[in-house]
Amino acid sequence: MKALIGPKKFLDLVPSSSSLMVGGFLAVGTPEKLVGLILDSDKRDFTVICNDSSFPDKGVGRLIAARKVRKIYTSHIGTNPETGRQFLSGEIEVELNPQGTLAERIRAFGAGLGGVLTPTGIGTELEKNRRVIEVDGRKFLLETPLRADVALLKAHMADRSGNLVFRRSARNFNPLMALAADVVIVEAELIVETGSIDPDQVMTPGILVDYIFSEEE
Amino acid sequence: MSIAPERERIARRIARIFSNGDVVNLGIGMPTMVGNYLPEGVSIILHSENGFTGLGPTPAPGSEDPDLTNAGAQPVTILPGGAFFDSLVSFSIIRGGHLDYTVLGALEVDQEGNLANYMIPGKFVPGMGGAMDLTVGARKVVIATEHCNKNGDPKVLKRCSLPLTATREVDIIVTELAYMEVTPEGLVLKEIFEGSTVEAVTRATGAELIIPDEVGRFS
Repeated sequence: MKALIGPKKFLDLVPSSSSLMVGGFLAVGTPEKLVGLILDSDKRDFTVICNDSSFPDKGVGRLIAARKVRKIYTSHIGTNPETGRQFLSGEIEVELNPQGTLAERIRAFGAGLGGVLTPTGIGTELEKNRRVIEVDGRKFLLETPLRADVALLKAHMADRSGNLVFRRSARNFNPLMALAADVVIVEAELIVETGSIDPDQVMTPGILVDYIFSEEE
Repeated sequence: MSIAPERERIARRIARIFSNGDVVNLGIGMPTMVGNYLPEGVSIILHSENGFTGLGPTPAPGSEDPDLTNAGAQPVTILPGGAFFDSLVSFSIIRGGHLDYTVLGALEVDQEGNLANYMIPGKFVPGMGGAMDLTVGARKVVIATEHCNKNGDPKVLKRCSLPLTATREVDIIVTELAYMEVTPEGLVLKEIFEGSTVEAVTRATGAELIIPDEVGRFS
């Protein structure tokens, strides 16, 4: 059985200056309740790892608009003018990664690998601060692993053992991030008893999950 | 919403490139429109990089599902035969050679097949999103772009000046004036818009064009 945690315990797990992986693609699949709790707290100076910086009023975009993010590793900031503004004025650090590279860097840490070799970015400015490695005559960039202190995930369904089912296109980065953070916290639409989910249908195994958020705790 | 006839013309011409069963990723904006103009009898499978195949049309008002959007966060549907997956599988499909075509926009594109479409330093820095992986990974890269930018300067060049998305990956460039193919010999003008002339297209192009004896027409 995984511990169910309420708002107070949740905020104890996300101290200021910690690094957060946050699931979601333009906020679809982002745990908005968890983001909202951080937003309403005095916690700040986070490093965020998320596919994109969403919109100013959605997902991690809300944390950026509230100036709670010091650095973001992401693939796209174009939908949140506030990220671009803070980036150009030097208020936020932005490390842009190709989307597939960002996914593989997260997986690399989560899978215990020293990095991944990708052809994406060869011949571009990304070559400037990465090692180029040739394999069988083809050039690749060495991309290093990415980890976080805490992963904030959104699932459709979680059983009390932490097994997760995602829904539709809300899956995206969530299963990867479950592998790559010290503490993994899930916000689920439905929390069900252990055994209620057919093990064949589980998308993220419960052993990867540490806490399930419940407003009732 | 009314669509500029030039943009519709580009989408219409690109839609005729595909064969039955091709797996295609359409970028946000003009490339998305391509799906509306597939010829009768041609059915392709659309891949959406946020995690599924079988991307379907916009749902009827009131039946949107907040968990089901395209890569631009617009509500969409999934067709029978489609499948959902995570971002790792999505980009394995892209980079692993399982995508027949990607259709993307451009800030600049050049005769060697280089593409710049993700940033203007100091001005416009949205990030590359999935564009670098799509350009490198798709078997064929199709660029959908206006022939010239808002200042009237050509977007099809000898050499891109902006930071590159990828090098030597572009295969086909379609504008409102021309259908061009990048070949080992250079950029070939395969077809022009029926309302234009080879001379006018050449003048509006910053690249060196190879003009075959027969240049086709499209409408």
